[in-house]
Amino acid sequence: MNDAETMLDRIAAAETLGDLEDLRIAALGKAGSITALLKSLGSMEAGVRATEAPKIHKLREAVTAAIAGRKALLERAELERKLETEKLDLSLPAPESLSGTVHPVSQVMDELAEIFADLGFSIAEGPEIETQWYNFTALNMPENHPARAMQDTFYLQERMPGEEPRVLRTHTSPVQIRAGESRGAPLYVIAPGRVYRSDSDATHTPMFHQVEGLVIDKGITLGHLKWTLEAFVKAFFQRDDIVMRFRPSYFPFTEPSAEVDVGWSLEKGRRVVGGREGWMEILGSGMVHPRVIANIGLDPNEWQGFAFGCGIDRLAMLKYGMDDLRAFFDGDIRWLKHYGFRALDVPTISGGVGA
Amino acid sequence: MKFSLEWLKQHLETEASAEEIAEKLTAIGLEVESVSNPAEALAPFRVAKVVSANKHPQADKLQVLTVDAGTGEAIQVVCGAPNARAGMLGVFGPPGAYVPGSDLTLKVAAIRGIESRGMMCSSRELELGEDHSGIIELPADAPVGEAYTRYAGLDDPVFDVNITPNRQDCMGVRGIARDLAATGIGSLKPFDLPEIEGTFPCPVPIRIEDPQGCPAFFGRAIKGVKNRASPAWMQRRLKSAGQRPISALVDITNYLMLDEGRPAHAYDIAKLTGGLTARRARKGETVLALNGKEYALEPSMTVIADELQVHDIGGIMGGEESGVSETTSDVLLEIAYFTPEHIARTGQTLGLATDARSRFERGVDPGFLEAGLALLTRLILDICGGEASQIERIGRPPVEQRTITFDFERTKTLGGIDIPEARQREILASLGFTLNGDRVSVPTWRRDVDGPADLVEEVVRIAGYDNVPSTPLYRTPGVAAPTATRSQLMERKVRRAAAARGLDEAITWSFISQTEAEAFGGGDWALANPISEEMKVMRPSLLPGLIGAARRNLDRGASYVRLFEIGRRYLGDLEHPTLGLLLAGERRARDWQLGKTQRFDAYDAKAEVLALLDATGAPVANLQVYPDAGPFWHPGRSAKFGLGPKTIVAAFGELHPMLTKILDAPPGSMVAEIYLDAIPGSRANAHARPAYRPPSLQPVTRDFAFVVPRDLPAGNLVRAIQGADRTVITSVRLFDRFETSDGLSLAFEVMLQPTNKSFTDEEIGLIAQRVVLAAEKLGARLRS
Repeated sequence: MNDAETMLDRIAAAETLGDLEDLRIAALGKAGSITALLKSLGSMEAGVRATEAPKIHKLREAVTAAIAGRKALLERAELERKLETEKLDLSLPAPESLSGTVHPVSQVMDELAEIFADLGFSIAEGPEIETQWYNFTALNMPENHPARAMQDTFYLQERMPGEEPRVLRTHTSPVQIRAGESRGAPLYVIAPGRVYRSDSDATHTPMFHQVEGLVIDKGITLGHLKWTLEAFVKAFFQRDDIVMRFRPSYFPFTEPSAEVDVGWSLEKGRRVVGGREGWMEILGSGMVHPRVIANIGLDPNEWQGFAFGCGIDRLAMLKYGMDDLRAFFDGDIRWLKHYGFRALDVPTISGGVGA
Repeated sequence: MKFSLEWLKQHLETEASAEEIAEKLTAIGLEVESVSNPAEALAPFRVAKVVSANKHPQADKLQVLTVDAGTGEAIQVVCGAPNARAGMLGVFGPPGAYVPGSDLTLKVAAIRGIESRGMMCSSRELELGEDHSGIIELPADAPVGEAYTRYAGLDDPVFDVNITPNRQDCMGVRGIARDLAATGIGSLKPFDLPEIEGTFPCPVPIRIEDPQGCPAFFGRAIKGVKNRASPAWMQRRLKSAGQRPISALVDITNYLMLDEGRPAHAYDIAKLTGGLTARRARKGETVLALNGKEYALEPSMTVIADELQVHDIGGIMGGEESGVSETTSDVLLEIAYFTPEHIARTGQTLGLATDARSRFERGVDPGFLEAGLALLTRLILDICGGEASQIERIGRPPVEQRTITFDFERTKTLGGIDIPEARQREILASLGFTLNGDRVSVPTWRRDVDGPADLVEEVVRIAGYDNVPSTPLYRTPGVAAPTATRSQLMERKVRRAAAARGLDEAITWSFISQTEAEAFGGGDWALANPISEEMKVMRPSLLPGLIGAARRNLDRGASYVRLFEIGRRYLGDLEHPTLGLLLAGERRARDWQLGKTQRFDAYDAKAEVLALLDATGAPVANLQVYPDAGPFWHPGRSAKFGLGPKTIVAAFGELHPMLTKILDAPPGSMVAEIYLDAIPGSRANAHARPAYRPPSLQPVTRDFAFVVPRDLPAGNLVRAIQGADRTVITSVRLFDRFETSDGLSLAFEVMLQPTNKSFTDEEIGLIAQRVVLAAEKLGARLRS
């Protein structure tokens, strides 16, 4: 048994996995000492075997366990040694991943689409190079109407002599007529898009964005207009302290007409929507003028509705705090990265329309 | 439109405060932009008496005054005014008071060694007039110690109201008072029409030759007037309206315009030759207008002329030649009706904006000629004296009254507010409408009202929009249905895909310069009145705008630019939604792992285009590459993507070097355009996908290397290999490419997918043979 006892000592003293394997073969291999003992059981007398067998088995178990234990220990030590050599400086920069941005105007357009989709409005579109009929006349602004001169219209050069010059649409309102013509009534649409006026300073650019809203149905009243705009403004600015004021005003294509003010307050020296320290105008609106309904080709005695128009760039500025409109159209990537939105900041009804 | 509270109260009996009135004005559609009170700025200034005045010991032109400002103390003031003397009353500003005309705040100071504790002020120092020859002298009965502004009637809030273009009637104080009275905030004072009998026939004959432009011209002479300064009350009101008093006759016509919205004109009869005629201007005629400028007239313009020359641009501005002066003794008064459309056109052509024009082009009250003339005469006779002639009434103003049949229920069905019919009638009547059953006659001054909707607005605005209950729109039961169209969805997806790939979305001008447009074949649309030459032509491509933005960014020190824009190209009668993108600068900055800076190449543009086309839902697997994207592109380093040669959905690569030069594009820019409206919609509209079960057997890959002719596009070979066995070849990936002496070597990894049992070696051999055969048809040769 001496051999066996020294075996346990030698296992405990094995320094490498190789030594340990040698010991395992010496003890438990085909020609190993313990294997030999086990083999010797067969030739023993029954009486002797009865006393020897348990001892031999016990020994074998002890050796097996000792080898496994030592092996785990040595492997662990081996791993520790290896890990010592596997250090990365993870403060080194990872490969740069690119992240682009969505322009605030696009983001706000998506927000508008989401809010108004919930109210049952779809999106209508129309050309930016427009005829004077759609941009003015059909909207109850006949020739010589002072409002035509007021709007600082861009005219396009005639392509053929005698042709009435086209205009760059001065507002998104022509889409009212076009949507009405193509879709008929009842009609619930918004029309966002580029519009143009020959005006240029810190708060005016010759190109900007508007959204038009139009409802034509039976029994639509000024009360519906108020509710819709209140619902929209509250949803858009996502604040509970929004107060609004509807003022009678004048637009040739609506009657009655209303301008809509929203209360503002000062936060960190900046005017923000919400509260009632003062009023600022944010939209123009009104009940669609009967002549406009007729110009769409609908019977004004049967159909009536409301329309509104609002500057998208301005909505973006009020909500997200930009103060210079010109920067919207400069393509300065520093500005875009600061004021733009991440690709997955998709406005949704469940997730909210503010990012 | 500006006016003071005192002026308003001339027409409106009311106890309401300025704040209440301002709030009401805004509520009824007369938006108040500001209410200011000049008295607030002058509040510290007091009526004071000069008790004594002695020569300044150190200065000849200065005096040392002792002033009593009602405070019980004797205040020492050093004063340089020549008219300062003991016993006079004037206006005193104590230390701390701000003197607006000198822009200084008074403080106790020593002037030439003598302490001065305040200041006696001139008119100009208080911005109450031009006079600076001496200090203000007040009558002997002025109450010493009282606030000067109260004493002088300056404590009078001034409203600045924004009048919408439809409300000509509110371009006079009385019209505003009438609107306010309808709300019940006060009552409109009765209108006294002065009755003046002319004592002699009008000595100046009046004719109308242009009844279209000037349908009516009422005139009357007043002889023996004295054109002195207008009275203080009138000057005060004119100043509150922002008008500078000039002389009584001028002030009176201005006053009538501001008070009643009724422009008028006074001619100095001594400077006229013969009668006055309202006619069209003749070619080549000019007039020296009252603003001192000479205007060239055109035959479309209505003018008032005597036998020799034009004296008045009808309804816009009078002429210098026959204007009234201090020496004028006989005047001819003109109250005419000019046709709004003509006035608007003439004013625009001349670029001349005047108070008269702004009223005439909106349409003055055609029923107010007689009354206007009477008021004007009364004021002149009262202020300037003289004797009035009989009235010459030429032509007839368009006073036809409109009558509207009105269902009072409309206020509820259109305005959304239930207002009792009696109250509606009351409102309309107080605004001057005449009611007879359901027939509502529109007053002559309300040119803007011509239908039931207008009447609803009148009723509702006076009742208050605030009182209209907000009414929810009808809502379809259930979850809101999707509303976006395919193209809208496509734009949204491609936009966010681009941002996700690291591109920044820009919005650039729709108009570009002629040069930029021509570089892309020229634009079909140019502006007739561009704001600048840089913004003249509607863009035929999105690339010029992006190139400009990229250049600006790189000039500012950006190391890279990855920009995209989604917008329209304007070609012929169509506007094409397009995505443009531009990559410039560093593709990758130098990097500790990747080494040196990398530049963009055409394959980067291709990668973006493919990814973005995929995001649009385009069938990317079927795309074909057509080399050379066209004349604006680098012939060897650009290509188009199409679904067949007629359906080109994108172009990408490098711009033509000539174009790069003309547009000053950043060197090495890679660009692309995706023609969003050319991408066909997918035919599948059901939600369910085709049935699919992932294969249970492992795919096998085999590599093939071919030597191919140098001009063979690799894509063709890929397609040929794919075509060798469409059922089992699931992908063909080119992984190596290099030049050899006898052609290009291209190596492909081909993936084979067994279906129901694993391939035998023999089967794989057969597939390989077919691959080689297909390649050989294109001139490729299996590399040994």
